[in-house]
Amino acid sequence: MSARLTTRGKLAWGLVALVTVLHFDFWWWDSTAIVFGFVPLTLAHQIGITLGAGLAWALVMRFAWPSGVEEWADQGPIAKPAREASPRAAAGLGRSK
Amino acid sequence: MVALLTPVADAVSRIPIYVVGVYLVLLLILGTAVGRLFRGTSADFFVAERSIGPFLLLMSVFGTTMTAFALVGSTGEAWQAGAGVYGLMASASGIVHSLVFFLVGIKLWAIGKRHGFMTQVEYFRARFQSKHMGYLLFPILVVLVVPYLLIGILGAGVSLRGVTVGMFPETFAGTLNAATGKMMFVGAVPMWLTGLVVCSVVLYYIFTGGLRSAAWANAFQTMVFMATGIIAFWLIAQELGGLSAATQKVLENSPKHLSREGMGIGKMQFLSYMFVPLSVGMFPHLFQHWLTAKRASSFKLTTIAHPLFIGVVWVPCILIGIWAAGAGVIPPGNNANALLPKMVDVYLHSPFLTGLLTAGILAAIMSSLDSQFVCLGTMFTQDIVVATLGRERFSDRQLLMLGRGFIVAIVALTYLASLFPPPNIFELAVWCFSGFAGLFPLVFASIYWRRTTKAGAYAAILATAGTWGWFFWNGLVQPTLAGEKTAEPLILGMMPVAFIVAASAIALVVTSLVTSPPPDEHVEAFMVTPKSVA
Repeated sequence: MSARLTTRGKLAWGLVALVTVLHFDFWWWDSTAIVFGFVPLTLAHQIGITLGAGLAWALVMRFAWPSGVEEWADQGPIAKPAREASPRAAAGLGRSK
Repeated sequence: MVALLTPVADAVSRIPIYVVGVYLVLLLILGTAVGRLFRGTSADFFVAERSIGPFLLLMSVFGTTMTAFALVGSTGEAWQAGAGVYGLMASASGIVHSLVFFLVGIKLWAIGKRHGFMTQVEYFRARFQSKHMGYLLFPILVVLVVPYLLIGILGAGVSLRGVTVGMFPETFAGTLNAATGKMMFVGAVPMWLTGLVVCSVVLYYIFTGGLRSAAWANAFQTMVFMATGIIAFWLIAQELGGLSAATQKVLENSPKHLSREGMGIGKMQFLSYMFVPLSVGMFPHLFQHWLTAKRASSFKLTTIAHPLFIGVVWVPCILIGIWAAGAGVIPPGNNANALLPKMVDVYLHSPFLTGLLTAGILAAIMSSLDSQFVCLGTMFTQDIVVATLGRERFSDRQLLMLGRGFIVAIVALTYLASLFPPPNIFELAVWCFSGFAGLFPLVFASIYWRRTTKAGAYAAILATAGTWGWFFWNGLVQPTLAGEKTAEPLILGMMPVAFIVAASAIALVVTSLVTSPPPDEHVEAFMVTPKSVA
């Protein structure tokens, strides 16, 4: 029951990695340039990173979403655990709604 | 509305306090309305019966994560350290927070729902088959959350005091400055009163509806503080001659604010700051909000929109901060946190907008306070009382009463503590983040690494406590006791959090590898194993 990523899913995660790497924009460390007439270049770059992050996460949600999580959660607690294995059981805690 | 926005000559207009009053009344009305939705069960009070949908989850998680720092702190930091502050503190969070929501939040939601957990401590106790782990982890989490609460209450007091100076001279005499022998803040609403009002309002709505009320209130508060920043940004830009003219002044008068060179941000510091946002993975109040989600898919909107929301709140404030540097505006007492109210005062002269900004700051503060209060009440109820005495001793109604009782006690104790704040309290924030981030390897390994052992988990907690304590003592406590200026210690240019996380991870991995693995059938109960990826 292992989750496998599709090619699109891998590309979506690749975009997350790319955005993360591009976040470290050391090449513009001392730039005082202004873009769009009012945004400092370093800030504009990081705004791009923010927008890129939103896009990357949207693609991850679309192409790398782990289906089956809700079904797993709805299965109910796995019976068994030894006394100490389940502090909830040891403490007399039932499963709440 | 137009009349309210026009400049007025009266410097002690009471309009700001009326605006704040209206905001607080709206919050009480919302709390009353949501309280009617309360189902009367402990599960509804503590985790909203796990019924929160995507929009409310997004707003409550974002409101809880963002504090007043997002408004006033970001503006002040940009004034001090330039436009690079956004990359340092905000855009990194946009990536890492969502990463944590996706990799950790969704799995913990699934585990929490399947096993009926309500707190982090319950989860770790069960995952590592150790009731005693709860007694170790509980005080650590509480110690890291409490400064946050104090900062919130004190921050609200400072903000309101600043904008109400001279407003009520017959009622509030002000405070005596021992150094100069003069009275300060004459006529201003005292901090103790603001703290009392803020605590009372928050207590009212969380007492009536628990975490469900907190989620709704957070949604409202998030909208208020997001709108506040944008309105202040736009109007200040107009007063400075437009967006281009405002930034052009920075280029002419203080070009260094447009870059990072020579602004006190090092490259290794920039790199290592990426570890700080990992803290959201171990925030106990965020854990509880995750558990409120109705479905795993509720996390999709939160994960996508969170970075964008960070941008909406932070970018306007960063620009206001550097514009202040370009325009030569200096906040009272060189206090960076007072810059945003100062800019509103200097350029807008509008009591209404001053009141709106203050309401926005309070919204950002209260949207974190409420969740933290509910969280601590839940932890005392579930992790101490129920875990010690046994669930069977309590009816659901009694659990509810316990939770409410603890919340009242925590709010009261926190308020009393805020009357006698320790020195350098506002510097504790980044230390709290570092402590939570140090525990991130623990939660991550508990979800993804089957081989993680109980001893490894203990090692990670102790390594975090040890390294954090050492840095904290040398970086804050010792200099404070010696009356010296405090500064976060950088090692090889990097922030302490990088070393704390590394120590925690190494301790966990090494100790787990040299100790016996946990039984497969036990670990299986905590491994979320989805069938496929869509």
